[in-house]
Amino acid sequence: MTADTTNLPPLSTTAERQAVVQSTGAIPSKEWVIVTRGLTRDYDMGGEVVHALRGVDVAIRRNEYVAIMGPSGSGKSTLMNLVGCLDTPSNGEYWLNGEMVSKMKDDELARVRNREIGFVFQTFNLLPRATALHNVELPLVYAGVGSGERRRRASEALARVQLADRMDHRPNELSGGQRQRVAIARALVNRPAILLADEPTGNLDSGTSEEIMRVFEDLADSGQTVIMVTHEQDIAAHAKRVIVLRDGRVSSDDRREAFAAKVAL
Amino acid sequence: MLFFEAIRLALQQIRVQKLKSFFTLVGVTIGVMFLIAVVSIVEGMSRYVEQDFAGKFLGINTFNLRRFPDIQTGEVTEAEWKAWTRRPPVTIQDAQAVRDVLPSDTRWAVQDVQWMVPASHFISGGSQLIAQAVTAEYFAIKDLAVSKGRVFTEQEDALGAAVVVIGQETAQHYFPNLDPIGRELRFRSVPFRVIGVLDKQGSVGPMNLDRQAIAPFHSPMGRLTRGRTGNLYGVMVQAPSVGALAEVQQTVREVMRRRRKLAPGQQDNFAFETAESALASWQTIKKFLVLAGVVLPAIGLIVGAIVIMNIMLVAVAERTREIGIRKSLGARRRDVLWQFLVEAATLSVIGACFGIGLGIALSQLVAAVTPLPASVAPWSIVVGVIIGAGVGIIAGIYPASRAARLDPIVALRAE
Repeated sequence: MTADTTNLPPLSTTAERQAVVQSTGAIPSKEWVIVTRGLTRDYDMGGEVVHALRGVDVAIRRNEYVAIMGPSGSGKSTLMNLVGCLDTPSNGEYWLNGEMVSKMKDDELARVRNREIGFVFQTFNLLPRATALHNVELPLVYAGVGSGERRRRASEALARVQLADRMDHRPNELSGGQRQRVAIARALVNRPAILLADEPTGNLDSGTSEEIMRVFEDLADSGQTVIMVTHEQDIAAHAKRVIVLRDGRVSSDDRREAFAAKVAL
Repeated sequence: MLFFEAIRLALQQIRVQKLKSFFTLVGVTIGVMFLIAVVSIVEGMSRYVEQDFAGKFLGINTFNLRRFPDIQTGEVTEAEWKAWTRRPPVTIQDAQAVRDVLPSDTRWAVQDVQWMVPASHFISGGSQLIAQAVTAEYFAIKDLAVSKGRVFTEQEDALGAAVVVIGQETAQHYFPNLDPIGRELRFRSVPFRVIGVLDKQGSVGPMNLDRQAIAPFHSPMGRLTRGRTGNLYGVMVQAPSVGALAEVQQTVREVMRRRRKLAPGQQDNFAFETAESALASWQTIKKFLVLAGVVLPAIGLIVGAIVIMNIMLVAVAERTREIGIRKSLGARRRDVLWQFLVEAATLSVIGACFGIGLGIALSQLVAAVTPLPASVAPWSIVVGVIIGAGVGIIAGIYPASRAARLDPIVALRAE
């Protein structure tokens, strides 16, 4: 594994991250895929305001493989929705791949989701009546890619997750692991800036979970930025960097080794 | 590109849920079916009435001078009717006076009519036929041609020759398997020689024009039809063109008013019957039919629209998760809106296509089992398809915009 990572830029250091996060308003340099500055998100729950995020500063450099952890209620789902451009923050800045996303309108966000983000969900979220191939083609449909090109790229993406022989199968004809691999192929087909996985192994047995984790590791080793939201420590331990949220704030942001050491305590 | 994608999706949806789709389509199908059927029947009747009826019964560019209209247009009150019966009859002298003032390119004929039952050497009795005594130009005015023999000439009329031209069914009835030409047909015991058999005429309303006999006005038939009163059924005048019709009619009116010594303020005590006036009642009927042709389909289409809207709302609710997935993958509001609109429109257009097929079948069925003719108007098919798409789009707007506005986070969480 050390041999693989030598070709890639090193993990960002705490000092580098702080420098990027603190220069409010400045466009981050291209190497920073994700930069959030003082990100907050408040929900109005029947008159009572809930502060789901209370100022999150996160910087993720290209090619990093990051796990976001935290107990339920820590705000990790909210952060995941904001990072995935499914939601907009109440306050603060969010820069994705050099673009300020936090002030965007609905349709612009849709475009960013289409181009920059590949989602992998816990429940796979494949269209049940569509074949694997068609599921993978979907992001390309919304990107306006012609049908021939769409088919070619979708089958390439499926081949990349070893499902070239399952292209015409519908989700209910595939195993859980295969479904998640279709979802990964779909997430990658538009060559997004980030692969954003939400509890990707939550619905899988441990053997299949390992299989999916190997896919993620391969992707990370080939240079794909991967962000994974999970509450399982042994899954988070696959990432190279682990961010832990607590009460709507970042409580720790460590390399895997340091995190493992803390957990062992 | 997204359009075909949306249609493909819609067809897939319909294929998966055949029964539900069927019920969705019924309203639109029925609506369009009625539209096509009613329009076809009205169209067919129009053609029948306006061409056949007016042409066969009255002749083209022709008006009849009568004591009162034979074809009543609309309601006739009892007072009107009484006034009519007090009118002086149209006499042979009137007819001659009219002829004297007509321009030379105008055709003129005197017509008298009576229901009769003639007899031949072979057959006596049978149903009544229309016996007419006319002057020779009658054939030219009505554009009547013979399939056998000939029509009579002006000279024969002037001489009062006892000859007769008969309809096809009359020929078959009285001369079964025989050539009727030269044979004798007796009307009230007066023998007439058959000189011609008319082409097939068909029927106009209750009158079967293949059961008739036409003899010269000055032949004994004139006396038979006129009886003792001496008044004529009518005088036919054919103008050389549509444009000249009103002018010729005015000339005849002036002559008649002078003969009847009518003061300027007094109403005409005679009537002109034109194709237009005969068609006036048909126009009224047609209005009702067209109204029915609009209202019946409209009800079907409104029901269809409500059903489609309902089904689409259900579809949006059922497919909330799918909408969430699509949005997470980059579908914009308008992509989702478009998808559901096209789906609704596709459903509806398919319904309309079934409706067009059934409508054509229905109008053919009506044409086959009733005497009503039907002719499918091509524009009604186009209108059917457009209405189908329109109903789908209108019914789809609300559900589709609901789908488009869904919050992706909420939608992704849906079961």
